[in-house]
Amino acid sequence: MTATSNGTPTLEAPGLDWRRQIRFSLIGALSSAFIALAGMPVGLDRRNIIQPLLSMGYLSLLWVPFVLASLAGSQVVLEGMTERVRSSKDLVAGALVGLGSALGLVALMILVKNFNIRDPLVNWSPQLLDLLSFNRSAGLGMVFWIVLGTTLGLMGGAMHVVPTAVRSKTLTVLLSVLAVSVLETFITDLLKGFQLEIFTDFIYYKRGGLEIVGALLVAALAIVIPLLVGDRITVVRTRVREMPADERSRVNLILLLVGSALLLVLPFFLGKITNELLANVGLFVLLALGLNIVVGLAGILDLGYVAFFAVGGYTTAVLTSPNSPGFSPQLPWPVALIVVVVLTGLVGLFIGAPVIRMRGDYLAIVTLGFGEIIRLLFLSDWLSGWFGGAQGITNIPGVDVGFATVNGIDPRSVFLLVLVFSAIAIYISWRLEHSRIGRAWMAIREDEDVAEAMGVNTTNTKLMAFVVGAVLASFSGAIFSAKVGSIFPTSFLMLISIIILVVVIVGGMGNIVGVIVGALVLIGILGGPKQPGLLQEFSEFKLLIYGALLVWMMLKRPEGLVPNVRRSRELHQEEFLQDAWLKGEIDTDDEENPS
Amino acid sequence: MLQISDLSVTFGGLHALRNLDFQVTEGEIVSVIGPNGAGKTTFFNMISGMVTPTSGDIVFEGESLLGLDPSQVTERGIARTFQNVRLFANMTILENVMVAQHCRTDQKVFGALFQTNAFKSEENAIREYGEEVLSFFGTRLTGYRLEQPASVLSYANRRRLEIARAMATRPRLLLLDEPVAGMNPRESAELTALIGRLRSEWGFTIVIIEHDMSVVRDVSDRVVVLDHGESIAHGSYEQVANDPNVIEAYLGRQVQDEQAEEETSP
Repeated sequence: MTATSNGTPTLEAPGLDWRRQIRFSLIGALSSAFIALAGMPVGLDRRNIIQPLLSMGYLSLLWVPFVLASLAGSQVVLEGMTERVRSSKDLVAGALVGLGSALGLVALMILVKNFNIRDPLVNWSPQLLDLLSFNRSAGLGMVFWIVLGTTLGLMGGAMHVVPTAVRSKTLTVLLSVLAVSVLETFITDLLKGFQLEIFTDFIYYKRGGLEIVGALLVAALAIVIPLLVGDRITVVRTRVREMPADERSRVNLILLLVGSALLLVLPFFLGKITNELLANVGLFVLLALGLNIVVGLAGILDLGYVAFFAVGGYTTAVLTSPNSPGFSPQLPWPVALIVVVVLTGLVGLFIGAPVIRMRGDYLAIVTLGFGEIIRLLFLSDWLSGWFGGAQGITNIPGVDVGFATVNGIDPRSVFLLVLVFSAIAIYISWRLEHSRIGRAWMAIREDEDVAEAMGVNTTNTKLMAFVVGAVLASFSGAIFSAKVGSIFPTSFLMLISIIILVVVIVGGMGNIVGVIVGALVLIGILGGPKQPGLLQEFSEFKLLIYGALLVWMMLKRPEGLVPNVRRSRELHQEEFLQDAWLKGEIDTDDEENPS
Repeated sequence: MLQISDLSVTFGGLHALRNLDFQVTEGEIVSVIGPNGAGKTTFFNMISGMVTPTSGDIVFEGESLLGLDPSQVTERGIARTFQNVRLFANMTILENVMVAQHCRTDQKVFGALFQTNAFKSEENAIREYGEEVLSFFGTRLTGYRLEQPASVLSYANRRRLEIARAMATRPRLLLLDEPVAGMNPRESAELTALIGRLRSEWGFTIVIIEHDMSVVRDVSDRVVVLDHGESIAHGSYEQVANDPNVIEAYLGRQVQDEQAEEETSP
């Protein structure tokens, strides 16, 4: 008894909803004005995307009409519904949304020109007006914006009208040009390592951004390469998928080995800046993997995770630095690491024991408190005889590995060290997830009472998650100490806990790959709390973007960039069940399979 | 096997259970019936350690269960199902029965990290026993179903999986809270037969809360009736079914009585 899935669609999708379009144009107007007043256009104008044409500043406004128009035109097609036939009306609707966004800017320009409220709004400046009017007269600028906004809106709307192939090609081209431009530092650095500067000199402008020719080249490549590769990738993939299990795992193993080998070789082709950047990303990967065990697997919302990072960092500093004020055994780093791991594990137990019996909001608040307490203890005068108070601990030697010393002066070595520890952390996460303890963690996340009733000692199991998370954070702390060479209480702000949590959520909770992708995207591109990312100009707006991204992810894609199948099921339970029922995957009764 | 003596639970001013005495001997199937709100589920919650009694004692195989955590009660050999099916919906069917063997296994982090032989053989044993438990319900929960999430199961299959999960904890006493609720007559007849097999093949002693009287009649050696937290009758199904107290609890007092009352009251 399967539900109708192959039968004729029963419902017709509703037509164009003009109220939705108007709502989106208002959203567009408000977002454009907000972005302008937040200072993004002026602040980001220094960074070029395509040399004379487009800067990051303008891009921060131009995406609004395009993306919103395309969002406004999108329609959820439920199973059993026919998709609405798109018509020129959709173009008009897109143009309307674009126009709305542009009018928001126009209104802002009029206000900025005639009134002065620079006092509360720092960015309410002639500079903004100049930028918005393209350094010409304000009137001309307004006309320009209306034309631009409407055109972009029209294009956004057109995304639903044109054939899918055209749409995906357009998006590929846009995204690849953007990506190549954003990744400029990385690509230049990498190609320099291979002595291929000619290429980067050709596509990039001397002071940043793509040349027009470069942009065209990238666009052309984005179209040509998929054509050349064709569906060869999918063919290979299906072939691998159809292999017998042992052969498939052998292929996977080979891929894994090749991938790791490439990763290990990569640092030698990269320059200082990129290595430094990737080392920072690696530190956050370690932290995020640890938090992923606590939040993603066991479902314990820990907002004070930075505490373990701090304990790891400080313990390493005390044990290795000759400048440690109280106790200075000057142990070599590897020996110190053992003590660090044990000690952080104990701190995990100590903090976890009182906290673990709480649930939900209370747990989050208490962990937040403990995170701050730990930092304040390191800052306090009371313990300054041990940890140096606000002066921190300086002169932390690097890691002596015999033939080289790993410290901040040589980011390449730090990156290699981080890679090794990330591999260890990934292995730990992976093995634990698929073990008795991992299953118990998941059961607790699903339903704590039932897990307890099914014989899982929830207190011990949750404590175990806390301790394992703490140990992974202590790896990161120990490497951080050795890398930076000096640590202060301000290195361990609460913000770090929040950012790690955002990395885990945006990447995909409970998913190792997701967490790594999240760290690469957020820390690598936007930058960490104090570490610059590829888009250094973003530093002022980093938190704004983190926040916006978090809200957007929570609304639209709560399972993260790389979803864990299980988590995504959990979050889209209703839709999933409905779909499964419609497709006949759920048996509504047992007529089919009597035992 | 299980002796409950003089047990009371109060929630604030409400007496959920009052001076209850109850025994189960090894190999019995006992039904607990009673109208809604009679305290049946509280009774289960208390045995399984989720609710602490205000007074009285629960003794299982000679040892008191008072003050034990639910997980410790499960470890002693009592497993339960829930009235409003509570599976680990996003874990696979196999994982649901694997995790239930938690208290019967003891591999820790070390084993998992270094993939010791002990760890591997324990994992295999957990898996095999899980599949064995699932195959008790025929092919419904096995085969391709093993790797599917529990949330895709039909209502009846979720109930079956819940029983399988309880079985996987290797209990001696099984507490089933309305196992056939929401099932159609055919399914419930089938499950009734399975409950009998749970005793004869798996050696479980069983306590059932059930509303479906045909099931109660078919499976139980003894029936205990609860009303307002008190045990108002016990005995065989026939004895209980004809007990005037029970009829009154379910149907209210006789019409004549009410009329008589009305006549006297004004």
